[in-house]
Amino acid sequence: MLCADNITLGDRLDGVSAGIAPGRITAICGPNGAGKSSLLSVLAGLIAPDAGAAELDTTPIADLSPRARARAIGYLPQTPEVAWDVTVETLVDLGRLAWRGGPLAKRRSGGADDAAAIETALDAMELQDLRTRPLSRLSGGERSRALMARVLAGAPQWILADEPLANLDLAHQLALLRLLRREADAARGVVLVMHDLALAMNHADEVLVLDEGRRVALGEPETALSENVLREVWGVDARWVGEPGSRALALR
Amino acid sequence: MRRPVPILLLAIALALPLSLLAGRVWLDPATTPNATVILAELRLPRGVLALVVGAGLGAAGAAMQGYLRNPLADPGLFGIAPGAALGAVLSFWLGYAAQPYALPAFALVGAGGAMALLSLIAGRGNSVLLFTLAGMMIASLAGALMSLAISLAPNPFAMSEIVTWLMGALTDRSWSDVWLAAPLIVIGIALLLLAGRGLDALTLGEEAARSLGMEPRALQWLLIGGVGLTVGSGVAVAGIIGFVGLIVPHLVRPLTDRRPSSLILPSALAGALLVLVADMLCRILPLASELRLGIALSLIGAPFFLALLLRIRRETV
Repeated sequence: MLCADNITLGDRLDGVSAGIAPGRITAICGPNGAGKSSLLSVLAGLIAPDAGAAELDTTPIADLSPRARARAIGYLPQTPEVAWDVTVETLVDLGRLAWRGGPLAKRRSGGADDAAAIETALDAMELQDLRTRPLSRLSGGERSRALMARVLAGAPQWILADEPLANLDLAHQLALLRLLRREADAARGVVLVMHDLALAMNHADEVLVLDEGRRVALGEPETALSENVLREVWGVDARWVGEPGSRALALR
Repeated sequence: MRRPVPILLLAIALALPLSLLAGRVWLDPATTPNATVILAELRLPRGVLALVVGAGLGAAGAAMQGYLRNPLADPGLFGIAPGAALGAVLSFWLGYAAQPYALPAFALVGAGGAMALLSLIAGRGNSVLLFTLAGMMIASLAGALMSLAISLAPNPFAMSEIVTWLMGALTDRSWSDVWLAAPLIVIGIALLLLAGRGLDALTLGEEAARSLGMEPRALQWLLIGGVGLTVGSGVAVAGIIGFVGLIVPHLVRPLTDRRPSSLILPSALAGALLVLVADMLCRILPLASELRLGIALSLIGAPFFLALLLRIRRETV
């Protein structure tokens, strides 16, 4: 379980509590400025909250060593940058950093584990054909898969990603969600900040709705993103149409 | 990926003997009288010092570019080289420069002062940007104090000595300079190699780097120590030698997998080779007085760098 226990952070989060179970896709939704990214950063252990605590299986994340935390939680920032034009393979290899020793031990300790984890990540994101290609020569969709493969290479129990579907066209959004679903089925926890409510409705198992730093709803998408919540939080008068699993939002 | 390392080692192995023989007067060990003394006491320490100083500058440049995630970063940005130069200038100003070890000792104290200021700042914030801006402020403060010392020089002779020294050179260096600088530079390069993992993580940005377990403070300490020792000792024995830390990582990067940690060692070797060859050229050129190494490197470096930038621009457009 990844738990937020009464987290308060400046004027961005106000006493947010939530328990997130592994093996499912959890979406964090909310209007701009609701505190979604801040909550994700706190859950990833990157920001210490002013009050409350983020806990991983009852251990406060702040008590974990940076390395133990990095091994347990993989995090993909909202605007991922890669400073140098490395190949896909090298990028994915960076995801293994938390498993390696110093510069002398780099090629030796856990070399086999490293290689296996990198292969698994490349397979999972269907990147084998692109492994030697530099990032500058990837399309947007390929790039986002490579960045996600970097996270997977660390073999984290938890994958926390801040809007991984933004900037992707519909086909690539669905492809990435399908790949993330496989990770959730493999008992990992997948937590995604999502803007597209229809994608959250159809693909998440659990939705946490934030508004002005407060938790408004947490539960199955059909209830957490009910038409009442949409009206109350987003201020839009909208109606879900279609069958569960292929819902679309009709604005009135 | 370590392909460039053997090639660079081989090139150094070829260039070092050549540099020992090269000079205004080419040395033929068989016929020149006192050839052994000239080689062992004059040319070998100078060659070794060129290698050591160049290695430090190259490694520091690679680490700085990795830390700032910017190919235009240069070891001078942290203010350590200006700090060391300020120390050296003060030793001229106070008239101690002629005494053995006084000049390098003053320079090391200057570098240490800049490192201490940087550490104070490192204790306060984690951000790369804040740390770098603070380093730049230290650099400009040291530069201003240096200009002040020059303008208030006690006599014209001291002033001309200062200005000449600042241009950087390896003329008339002895083994004592080597013994002073080499151990410090080797320790500095070792610290930079230890920083490699954190620099690799920073490739993905500060936030992602921390999520990979990178500890910003620890990385800052390694960089202060590593850049301080390599650049500070380099300035202490050779004056300001620019461009090496900027150009060398550029040249070497395409030969590696472009990860900062794979760049540090090859950059150290390429820096050593570049300074050795440049110093050799300075000695060979038929000028009235020997060309200063710092000037020579800037004369070679600037147009070369410009050409490189234009080429990169053509490739990306």
